[in-house]
Amino acid sequence: MANKQIIKERRLQDDAWKVVTLVDGEAPFDVCLPVGPLLVPLAVWKAKKACLIHREYEHGTPLGIWLAPEDKAEDIAADIDDFTVIAVHFPKFADGRGYSTARLLRERYGYDGEVRAFGDIGRDQIFFLNRAGFDAFVLGEGKSAEEALAAFDDFPETYQAAADQPDPLFRRRVA
Amino acid sequence: MYKYDDYDHTIVRARVAQFRGQTERYLAGELSDDEFRPLRLQNGLYIQRHGPMLRLAVPYGLISARQLRRFADVARRYDRGFGHFTTRHNLQLNWLKLEDAPEILAELAADELHAIQTSGNCIRNVTTDHFAGVAADEIADPRPWAEILRQWSTFHPEFAYLPRKFKVAISGSREDRAAIQVHDLGLQLLRDDAGEIGFRVHAGGGLGRTPLLGPVLREFLPWHDLLSYTEALVRVFNRHGRRDNAYKARIKILVKALGAAEFARQVDAEWSHLKDGPSTLTAAEVARVSAQFAAPDYETLADGDLCHLAHQREDKAFARWVERNVHAHKVPGYAAVTLSLKKPGAAPGDATSEQMEAAADLAERYSFGEIRVSHEQNLILADVPQRELYTVWHRAKAAGLASPTVGLIQDLIACPGGDFCGLANARSLPIAAAIQERFEDLDYQHDIGELELNISGCMNSCGHHHLGAIGILGVDKNGEEWYQVTLGGRQGNDAHIGEVIGRAFAAAEVADAVERLIGAYLAHRHADERFIDTFDRLGVEPFRTAAYPNPNQSRRVANG
Repeated sequence: MANKQIIKERRLQDDAWKVVTLVDGEAPFDVCLPVGPLLVPLAVWKAKKACLIHREYEHGTPLGIWLAPEDKAEDIAADIDDFTVIAVHFPKFADGRGYSTARLLRERYGYDGEVRAFGDIGRDQIFFLNRAGFDAFVLGEGKSAEEALAAFDDFPETYQAAADQPDPLFRRRVA
Repeated sequence: MYKYDDYDHTIVRARVAQFRGQTERYLAGELSDDEFRPLRLQNGLYIQRHGPMLRLAVPYGLISARQLRRFADVARRYDRGFGHFTTRHNLQLNWLKLEDAPEILAELAADELHAIQTSGNCIRNVTTDHFAGVAADEIADPRPWAEILRQWSTFHPEFAYLPRKFKVAISGSREDRAAIQVHDLGLQLLRDDAGEIGFRVHAGGGLGRTPLLGPVLREFLPWHDLLSYTEALVRVFNRHGRRDNAYKARIKILVKALGAAEFARQVDAEWSHLKDGPSTLTAAEVARVSAQFAAPDYETLADGDLCHLAHQREDKAFARWVERNVHAHKVPGYAAVTLSLKKPGAAPGDATSEQMEAAADLAERYSFGEIRVSHEQNLILADVPQRELYTVWHRAKAAGLASPTVGLIQDLIACPGGDFCGLANARSLPIAAAIQERFEDLDYQHDIGELELNISGCMNSCGHHHLGAIGILGVDKNGEEWYQVTLGGRQGNDAHIGEVIGRAFAAAEVADAVERLIGAYLAHRHADERFIDTFDRLGVEPFRTAAYPNPNQSRRVANG
């Protein structure tokens, strides 16, 4: 099966990560882990940490996790260096908690792996998502990733400090 | 006032281009209504009863004559030749076309105007005192801090999708004229014993369905911590504010649920990571911004200009205008003037393009080319030499801007209500008109004296009815418009939320009820007592009795 393409580091790239979700009533330790790189929910990470780490050691399968809007960056702070990808889900684009999550991952916990946004997002969210620390984007259904690439350049200058720019404009301003 | 440099221009122009693209994609069917809604809202564009409504920002209420002319021009060419000034300093246009919005914003951007974050669940226009910089009781000028917050909050990448809107107000004077206790974040400028500037921080105040005064989180926040602390506070709100119910999503609900002490503790915990980081303000930045609000080039004048005093003695109508519409100024020989946007027959806060141009002319000639918008929905000329007041009065009168009624009943505050607004339960403007007509007689108004009357067409409380000595709230009962009356509200240092007096009134009864309330005040008042003072002394009972002359009526309170 051909890999799907996602936006990563400002261009389209192939992507092999699969998102594992719990079906209703399924216990996190019961979930079956398919082969290949996986983004697992926080509950599965907590329940099957040893098994997931084993997959990485024995088979070289990189570790990934996804966080729901209510999941806290603090919850994975201790494990943060284990992950190749930390994804943040946006079930509705108007729920902005994930922006804080990404800034905390980058700015507070110093995570420098991939931070991926997925769910109900499109080109009109990319500029802010990118500033908050996301560097990979899986857009909502029917959205053109190619057209969305232009959004990285929506604003050539910004006022505040964020994950992409540690200094606010007032520390950089040249009269 | 603040003048854009290349950075500011670049950012606003980029926004114009971005919004043009978004509108094109929406009109081409590439963006759904749901997707376009937050994008247009964050550009001030609502879809209202008559079509789109565009809310243009007047940052902290300060606008130049040139900018006001631009508003007038846009209102004339793209709308019906008038606009509505709101209680949050902004200007609303009600009759434009969606397709024109990008072009309007492009034209406005040339004069450093925009509609950025005038709506939506983001950080809104920062409001302040319309006498900033000229008030005798000023501790420090709030405008540089409002501008610093404007820049920090503009396109803040983390806070574009908050649980709900977030409004900030700053007061720099001893008497709070910015209603800071009913804002999501209210800042009171202070000086410590060493003369250093800081802020008393209130959070979690608001009106709406759950009116609350914002408790104090910090008694003194040093100025250099303003942005790092605010960022911590908004982050706590973004992460923990309720998102399951729009009516419970404002920060006030979070603060109330946690308690002020626990909320403050959570903000402090977050702030401990941000404090002294790169967002810490520098003296150089504060100096850069403050320099742009330096006092204008005042003449050296004596107070009590003789001509001005003579005109007051000879011309009773002028004297009356001076009494109500001219305000003390910290510089001898100068005064601040309110150009009233209130008169029977016009919606409170409405100004025609001609009136905007007349106000711009007056500002250029007599007040250093600047105008302020007050949250009482009037325009202010802040720096008028006393010797020019008589001329200013004549010209203002010719433009229909000289109702001598500031602070009186005719100066009432009202939202656009059901005539324009898609959220309203009831109309505000016919009620405002009926009251203004009833009390049109100037002698009667002056006899009644200071009285704040506020009308909101729904629980969103844009007319700040909770803060009126008399508050009127439109409610919908089985498809009919009814009006609930509250008494005893006030803004300022001693802010109070008014209390409901009883069953709601039908539209046709409201002016009668108001007249009976005022009759009770006139019957009971002591010399020199304002309405609110008599209310404080006597309590609600004599007013309730007056409002419901038929005793059976007042008992049907249950369904209010």
